Amino acid sequence: MEMLLNDFSPGLFIMLTLILIVLIVLMRKFAWKPILDALDTREQGIKDALDSAEKAKMDMENLQANNLKMLQEARAEREEMLKEARDMKNKMIEEAKNEANETASKLMAQAQANIQSEKKAAIADLKSQVASLSVEIAEKVVRTQLSNKDQQLKLVETMLDEKSLN
Amino acid sequence: MVAKKSIKFIASLIFVLSSITVLASDGGHDKKGDLVDTPEEINEYKNHHLKDSHDFHLFTNNASGTSYGFPLPVIVWTKDGLKTFMSSAFHHDDNGDVIVEKGEARLVKLHSKIYELEDGATSVNLDKDHHAINAHRVLDFSITKSVFGILTTGLLMLLAFGGLARGYKKGKTIPTGFSRVLEPLVIYVRDEIARPNIGEKHYRRFMGFLLTVFFFIWILNLLGLTPFGFNVTGQIAVTVCLALFTFFIVQFSGNKDYWKHIFWMPGVPVLMKIALIPIEVLGMLTKPFSLLIRLFANITAGHAVVMGLIAVAYTSREVLGVPGSFGVSFLLTLFISLIEILVAFLQAFIFTMLSSLFIGMAVEEHDHH
Repeated sequence: MEMLLNDFSPGLFIMLTLILIVLIVLMRKFAWKPILDALDTREQGIKDALDSAEKAKMDMENLQANNLKMLQEARAEREEMLKEARDMKNKMIEEAKNEANETASKLMAQAQANIQSEKKAAIADLKSQVASLSVEIAEKVVRTQLSNKDQQLKLVETMLDEKSLN
Repeated sequence: MVAKKSIKFIASLIFVLSSITVLASDGGHDKKGDLVDTPEEINEYKNHHLKDSHDFHLFTNNASGTSYGFPLPVIVWTKDGLKTFMSSAFHHDDNGDVIVEKGEARLVKLHSKIYELEDGATSVNLDKDHHAINAHRVLDFSITKSVFGILTTGLLMLLAFGGLARGYKKGKTIPTGFSRVLEPLVIYVRDEIARPNIGEKHYRRFMGFLLTVFFFIWILNLLGLTPFGFNVTGQIAVTVCLALFTFFIVQFSGNKDYWKHIFWMPGVPVLMKIALIPIEVLGMLTKPFSLLIRLFANITAGHAVVMGLIAVAYTSREVLGVPGSFGVSFLLTLFISLIEILVAFLQAFIFTMLSSLFIGMAVEEHDHH
């Protein structure tokens, strides 16, 4: 300890104190302050650049998501439209079918009714013809005085045949 | 490219380290002209080196007896006022034999220190412990070897870091050349030493001190490993000065909480508060004290070990033969010098680290307990 104290040089101590104060002041002014400021500026710049890159990336992602959404919406809309069209087509076909059926059945009914009435008329006509024929036959039978019974029958048969062939 | 550079680096490192051994061994002659090779002479030589000196001595030519180096200015405060002269006036005498008369003051150099003779004394009388009895030490503001080293370091720092700063001012955001090496070091001190210990809010205020002290100590430690033989950070006055800077900065930047924790520790009983005051005050002082002793002891020990290992070349000549002893000495010195390069950084780092830790404790804002 005594050697340490003996080695302690007050002059060197004072010199160093003065030099160090001057050195710190000079270094602060001419070196550390500009260096640290420049480092801060640079780091801030890097940070800003990274932030803006991150933001751009986010924007891009948002845009892509939007696009995707729009695409999906469009697709859904198309599907919807197609479906609607298909439905409409089906409905139209159905309607047309129904209408055709209806018309057909109506026509059929009409035809049937016509047939019926024609039939009735024909039958009525037939009846009247049969009646007149009967009367004619009776007339002829009566007019032609047939000798025998066989001839009478034969005559009736031929006449009937003739008539039915008409 | 990198490999080539590292080979260059290693080559220059080996050159520097080997020149330590060569120069130091060349310098190992006492004034009678024969080799410094007895243990006593080696010890004397080591102690002489560990001390500051008033001239810049490189080595002595054994044959002609001339020393190579240059004198440095001596500035002393005597009873006759401030006296300045070149240290060559002492003619390399370190035993108080040469008396330099300046006005009324008669000055001698004894064990690397300048003494002023008392009135009436014609020569220095020493007691048995080699202390002067009829002379007293003067306030010595000389540009000693240490001051010379300090000024060189300061100049180097101003040039190197001023260059880095100018590079940024020119608009280059990325430094080139040597500045590219310095920038990561500055960032290292800022991000690994100051920021984590002082905190984001306050660290900027102390960067000037911390950066200056870090590079100052580091460069001086490295200068101490060169053959120029500086031993600046191994001077107790230097480490005391550095530690006092830390001490005063801590005290002046201490906030209310800091002082409260020293003089009225919150959260403990009153009796305990009173008992803690002296302990805390002592703690205030031991922190910088540990800083100054650590730096001083590490660097002094490093220099002593390096010189001791160089001395192996002389002390074991008879056992190992001249080439053997020089070889062993060279290898051991090389090894320890490599460690000393690490220590040079480590001590600068620890000093700065602990300084910022103490500052951090002083400016820390405590949550309420």
